[in-house]
Amino acid sequence: MADVNRGNRPLSPHLQVYRLPIAAWTSILTRITGHALVAGIVLIVWWLVAAVSGPGAFAVADWVVRSWIGFIVLAGSAWALWYHTLAGIRHLFYDAGIGLGIEEARKSSWAIIAGSVALTLLSLILFFIG
Amino acid sequence: MRYITPLKAAQGLGSAHSGTSHHWAMTVSACALVLLTPAFLLVIGKAIGLPREALMMYFGRPYPGIITALFVIVGMVHFIKGTRIMIDDYFNHTARKVAIIVSVIFGWAVIAAAIFALAKMAFTTIAI
Repeated sequence: MADVNRGNRPLSPHLQVYRLPIAAWTSILTRITGHALVAGIVLIVWWLVAAVSGPGAFAVADWVVRSWIGFIVLAGSAWALWYHTLAGIRHLFYDAGIGLGIEEARKSSWAIIAGSVALTLLSLILFFIG
Repeated sequence: MRYITPLKAAQGLGSAHSGTSHHWAMTVSACALVLLTPAFLLVIGKAIGLPREALMMYFGRPYPGIITALFVIVGMVHFIKGTRIMIDDYFNHTARKVAIIVSVIFGWAVIAAAIFALAKMAFTTIAI
């Protein structure tokens, strides 16, 4: 074989055999949460429009908002909103050239995950006691 | 040798032929949403559970009304521009055009619905 350096070349990581680092998962999750937030905003806006449409329309929308389906959508949206916000703030730092190192990105990834869960729990506690 | 400044080379170019205006718009709306998000969550948290008349009175007040209007407008414009990045990544040709049109129409429909509801609440609950 002419190529004696065959085993020493960098290979492109193939997605199916490549274990994604945590920073890749948190980056992908930023896009997923951003798009998934459409469910929460549509539910809230439908609820607001129903309130001005009349008592019957509001009764339906308010039942959905306060049902377990509404709770799952809104609590999930609260987490998605906090996650997307924290990841978005990290993106602003990335844009400024800050935190792009592998170890820094790994740490900020765990900070975003922990921070979004903590802020969601705080939001739910404030909602249920307030 | 190129007799052209780096700024001149960058202006009006890029894959969208609009330079960095899309990225800058996302940066500006992102900064606004960092401020609006906690305010909106507090506003909406107090609103859920209210009976209809109290809810309309609540959103008829300036602070809840303005925060909600701003959050929906800035949020949906950020959403339209955000989905555009996803669409550009995963769709081509006609599917891309259709997806962009659907995204823009949907985004502005949500904004119009929210503004109509908030305006009606503000006008029907004015304390004379």
